[in-house]
Amino acid sequence: MSDKMTLNKSLLIPLGVFSLLVLFLALGFQLKNPHLLPSALINKPFPEFQLKDLHDSEKIRTLKDFSGEVALANVWGTWCPNCLIEHPELLRIATEEGITIYGINYNDDVDKAIAWLMRHENPYEFSVVDNEGILAIDLGVYGAPETFVIDRQGVIQFRYVGPVTHAVWQEKLLPVIEHLRRSESE
Amino acid sequence: MIPEFGHFALILALGLSLALAVLPAIGVVRQETLLMHSASSIAAGLFVFLLLSFFCLLTAFVQDDFSVTYVANNSNSALPIQYKASAVWGAHEGSFLLWALIMSGWTLAVATFSGGLNLDMKARVLSVMGALSVGFISYLLFASNPFERSLPFYPPDGADLNPLLQDFGLIVHPPMLYMGYVGFAVPFSLAIATLTTGRLDAAWARWSRPWTNAAWAFLTVGITLGSWWAYYELGWGGWWFWDAVENASFMPWLMGTALIHSLAASEKRGVFKSWTVLLAISTFSFSLLGAFLVRSGVLTSVHAFAVDPTRGLFILIFLVFVIGGSLLLYAFKASGIKSQASYQWNSREAMLLVNNLLLVVATAAVLLGTLYPLLYEVLTDGRKISVGPPYFNRVFVPIVTLLFLVMVVAPHSRWKKTSSNLLVRQHWPYLVAAPFVAITITLMMGLALQWIAIGMETLALWILFLLARKWWLSEFRISSASYLGMLASHSGIAMAILGVVVTVYYSEGRDVRMAPGDVVTLSGYEFRLEGVSRVQGPNYVADQAEFHITKSDKEIAVLRPEKRYYSVAQNVMTEADIDPGLFRDLYVALGEPIGDSAWAVRLHVKPFVRWIWFGGLLVALGGFITLLDRRYRRITKTVGKLVAGVPA
Amino acid sequence: MKFGKMKSHRRNRLLLVLFLVATVGGATTFTLLALNENINLFYSPAQINAGEAPINRRIRAGGMVREGSVKRSTSDLGVSFIISDLKNAQVTVEFEGILPDLFREGQGVITLGELNSDGVFIAEEVLAKHDENYMPPEVADVIADAHGEGQYSSGSYEATPEDEMPEMKKVEGI
Repeated sequence: MSDKMTLNKSLLIPLGVFSLLVLFLALGFQLKNPHLLPSALINKPFPEFQLKDLHDSEKIRTLKDFSGEVALANVWGTWCPNCLIEHPELLRIATEEGITIYGINYNDDVDKAIAWLMRHENPYEFSVVDNEGILAIDLGVYGAPETFVIDRQGVIQFRYVGPVTHAVWQEKLLPVIEHLRRSESE
Repeated sequence: MIPEFGHFALILALGLSLALAVLPAIGVVRQETLLMHSASSIAAGLFVFLLLSFFCLLTAFVQDDFSVTYVANNSNSALPIQYKASAVWGAHEGSFLLWALIMSGWTLAVATFSGGLNLDMKARVLSVMGALSVGFISYLLFASNPFERSLPFYPPDGADLNPLLQDFGLIVHPPMLYMGYVGFAVPFSLAIATLTTGRLDAAWARWSRPWTNAAWAFLTVGITLGSWWAYYELGWGGWWFWDAVENASFMPWLMGTALIHSLAASEKRGVFKSWTVLLAISTFSFSLLGAFLVRSGVLTSVHAFAVDPTRGLFILIFLVFVIGGSLLLYAFKASGIKSQASYQWNSREAMLLVNNLLLVVATAAVLLGTLYPLLYEVLTDGRKISVGPPYFNRVFVPIVTLLFLVMVVAPHSRWKKTSSNLLVRQHWPYLVAAPFVAITITLMMGLALQWIAIGMETLALWILFLLARKWWLSEFRISSASYLGMLASHSGIAMAILGVVVTVYYSEGRDVRMAPGDVVTLSGYEFRLEGVSRVQGPNYVADQAEFHITKSDKEIAVLRPEKRYYSVAQNVMTEADIDPGLFRDLYVALGEPIGDSAWAVRLHVKPFVRWIWFGGLLVALGGFITLLDRRYRRITKTVGKLVAGVPA
Repeated sequence: MKFGKMKSHRRNRLLLVLFLVATVGGATTFTLLALNENINLFYSPAQINAGEAPINRRIRAGGMVREGSVKRSTSDLGVSFIISDLKNAQVTVEFEGILPDLFREGQGVITLGELNSDGVFIAEEVLAKHDENYMPPEVADVIADAHGEGQYSSGSYEATPEDEMPEMKKVEGI
């Protein structure tokens, strides 16, 4: 094989052009996906809100209704197939693990939502109706399902985008919750 | 069970692709015939398992298995069966499985029809193709598994296929596109394999040509279908939007066009060899780049898949390895390639060179426009812009006009040297007649004279007249399939040009408010709205309007456009109705109800619009015709031999 | 070596190179110029309210369509609506034509057009995206900025019917 002849430098030009292209694509990619990096909301307090309770339209829920323990806030909707998929895990977390979960019913129909919870059981301490997406906007929610871990002071400590499967609970949420519980008991 | 089988088949396919990438390569290095021979059988196995996997997914859809997440997200029990089938490639994971399947199909085809290649070369080529498959299948298994299940709790019914996709166009358009994108992997692999040997002879070019032409023809069909589909399905009468995903398919097509011409020159005259290799690498690179752009979320587009960004990252890394690696190999190995022949400025070689140059420039211009928003955002730290059709039209049209000018003359030029005045002397009557023909026909159709339109039409007619004359002069003898293919494809382009120019300059369209009984006149046609009624479809309810169209008191057509409401996906969709014609389309679409019984309505009269797609199909046909060329026919004899002697 | 032949070879080579450079250089310049003249900058309602957006120049404006703000004319195809960032900024948009199917109150929308001297945005095109919860990234940023949260992600795990085909409907005003 008679390779390694004198390298014609101009043949490197295509490679050079490509490298430049890749650089820009990579930068652009990173720019478009900041949630691959830590969320801007971590360590910020859960936003204030005043939304109707799903099951009791006379009742207005606010931050004060959060019980002051380590809890989860979950964004869900009847239109969202992945919410249905994570539902059994949420039920398990609420009953077996004893974690309080607050529901944010996003962009949905109240009657449908109530019926849905009746059919599939209700893991939520309470759910708020966020039809205009005001709370969702403040949380930086982009879709459903999304789950936030809140500490005793009501500060967001973790955010997970996507359905909470058992694996996600074990690997992502549980460590955060245990860490919070440990540091708070010190 | 079936999804599990499908998943398992995919895993086996990964193993086989690894074997295909590695074993024949070892065979080449050690010059061990047995290992090199193994490539064909491994390729066959790879195809079989991917086909099995694909069928498992198809079965899951047809059987309404909503425990499979992908099925639940894209199907519904009320979905008509043909769309349950096509929903397999309606979204990211499944369409990528189709991509991988098609890749293995081309690989098997190369393994089977490579009688002309020696064993060493064949092993190299298949090894490269195997390596590509490793990438595709790994991506499927680790980042986009279509067989993921959501047990124990899964939805009783699916979220339904997007109504826009419930259409014949969707059934055919993506597979055709993928046949094209993936097909370019063949000339790519050939180029890589050839670079590794350090020798580049005419055989390489001759060998690549039918594969390249086939892939290119498929891509042409895919793009043509896409344009036609957008026209009747999107409801607004447009047929090309310079949208990022359209561009993603157009760029490999432009490069592919340059490649097929360059290969012809390399084969016949031994020129441009190094450029042709680079083009072969680039064309497939653009296929991959297109896949990245569409599936990574990097570009906002009407077409883009909504995909998890980590998947986009995977593709980007794959891109870097494949393209970067190829270009590196090119840089080091292409130095040894030198063209021997010389040619003059008015020779066919020179024209092909100009042709390629213009195509590359056009591709670069489209790439720039497509990526510029991203570039801008990166450079200005967040400012967002969009680049719309005005940019693309302004840049693309002049380049392509120059290209057409070359196209008028090139088929009549000679290799090495052409006598320039011969061209003009022989053809001047036709050159002069063309504009008169264009003007006459325009006036006969009662249309206004627009000089740019006349100019472009003249260009197209020049192409057609000169081709026809050449054919006539040869007493309609077709010297080869390649020649016939060239005639067909070039005529197809001319036809498409005519279609585009006439439609762009002479279409009439209007958005109006119409109540039952109202009549609107457009280009001499009277559109009368009779009324709107409710109809029931398989998975939708619709408002259907009835339009009667007349011209000079003669009834031309009755059109029934609909506004459909899909219950499951909660979607509203406009279904336009069209009266197609060779010389004009009549087009009606419903907007929204206004007031009592009135509706906002969009009406179009689009002359010659079908010529665009007929032209496109003719172009593709030309590409397919070249496959019949005598030179490649000895392959079928070799297949016979191979089939008889293929080891288990 | 025959110098005669050599010279013409070299000359041809030189001509070729010059031709290539001229073409590529010319094409590049032309392309970049065309690009600069045809990019559409995006402005948020807040920026428009603050007077940062140019008047009578083609730009894009986007935001959330305010509930109850859509008004349709009964005599022609004129329609007006208000886009906002869900805080204090809002802009009135006027459009003549058919709105896309996916246009809905309470959803994000992007419009292409010109801002007139009265601060009303005259739209030529209105783009609305499929998927109840998708917000065009520009609109998401607008709202994020208004609420001081910084950049939003543009990805969504929401498993809505993903499609390869157009999710946005483009409409041209006349």
